[in-house]
Amino acid sequence: MSLRLQGQNLACERDDRWLFQGLSLDIQAGEIVRVEGPNGSGKTTLLKILSGQLADYEGELFWDGRPMREAREIFLSNLLYLGHAPGVKAALTPLENLAWYQALAGQRGGEAARFAALEEVGLAGFEDVPAGQLSAGQQRRVALARLSLTPRPLWVLDEPFTAIDRDGVAALERRLFEHARAGGCVLVTTHHELTPCAELRRIRLGGGGLDVGN
Amino acid sequence: MSATDGALTKEIRVAGEEPRGGLAVAVWATLKRDLMLLLRRRSEVLNPLVFFAIVITLFPIGISPDPALLAAIAPGLLWVAALLAALLSLDSLFRADYDDGSLEQLLLTPQPLALLALAKVAVHWLLTGLPLALMAPVLGLMLALPAGSYVVLAVSLALGSASLSLIGAIGAALTVGLSRGGVLLSLLVLPLYIPVLIFGAGAVQAAIFGDGVLAHLAILGALLALALIFAPLAIAASLRISING
Repeated sequence: MSLRLQGQNLACERDDRWLFQGLSLDIQAGEIVRVEGPNGSGKTTLLKILSGQLADYEGELFWDGRPMREAREIFLSNLLYLGHAPGVKAALTPLENLAWYQALAGQRGGEAARFAALEEVGLAGFEDVPAGQLSAGQQRRVALARLSLTPRPLWVLDEPFTAIDRDGVAALERRLFEHARAGGCVLVTTHHELTPCAELRRIRLGGGGLDVGN
Repeated sequence: MSATDGALTKEIRVAGEEPRGGLAVAVWATLKRDLMLLLRRRSEVLNPLVFFAIVITLFPIGISPDPALLAAIAPGLLWVAALLAALLSLDSLFRADYDDGSLEQLLLTPQPLALLALAKVAVHWLLTGLPLALMAPVLGLMLALPAGSYVVLAVSLALGSASLSLIGAIGAALTVGLSRGGVLLSLLVLPLYIPVLIFGAGAVQAAIFGDGVLAHLAILGALLALALIFAPLAIAASLRISING
């Protein structure tokens, strides 16, 4: 069983415009892949395709050598996706929000684990405040607490640094590198410049063409 | 593989098979979460009930306070008003989840989506259909509904509203991605509501005239059984289509 996400000749068209064409990629354990490009270049769309949410694309996706259609359930149990919207319910407290995500992952989970995860993202003391009363950055942190609460090897993160303060950005960046070094894999879009390192790869989208560099 | 790799892979495990178990946990947590959410936004729960009460109160004023006339149209009125009240609350079934991103998370769980969606619909019925069914006999009094048909009214509405919630949820799932899907939702769903309405109101009529009530209730039960089997699958497929768009 290995962590390997491959895409062959991916292409996606939106409103008579090719966002990308002939995109092939091979993402393996221990890598951080940053998808770059200007606004509207299809970063989110690519992430949604790679996380199995969009079916409206051309090309083939493989998880661990098997076509995505067959391996979907297995793929999903390895995936943690954080989208544009944090997926945090305003009427529920951070603890209640996390309890649901834990349960969705099939774990009964414990209060202690949720407290620990919230403390790790700097939300100690806010456990029982309705998320609607938290700031945008704090709501984003509630979503990010899932990274340690429900461990999954493949992280697909769409703009995870949005609304996070400087210390939080540094901590999250460290967390991404730790995950890659521990054998996980991170797929991320961000306008924030990540510290260059051996694990980091880039995929550049935009202008219809693209280049896949190291 | 080096020693350090071995130590690190302990932390990160790549699942090689489909997840087993955990479904009950996920469904139960979804039920609990949705109940909690709706109970914290009470106005959304009360809206259909208030609508139901207002419509039924207006009819004797608008038509005539004559008990004989009202009793004749009471079963149909109560059922139509309850049906519209249930429809009113459907649009918000998946909307909030869609807006805050938890719907896409729901679609990305390895658990079967149909069952998680069924949990959401069950909560909708518990807080809309069931209260409507319990309220109907009280409003029936205002329409001079003949004695002996009150229990049948409540039972038929309880059974029928469950089908309404299930069928309506398909429409709600299909229109969740549209900014103003309310009208489209009604157009999609109302034709499918008609059989439930016919047999539901028919059951109450039958109770008034002393005909066989059980036949009508049995058909309502059969409709519910059908909806229970097929609607969750249709809801799951519709949600996938909506998210894809």
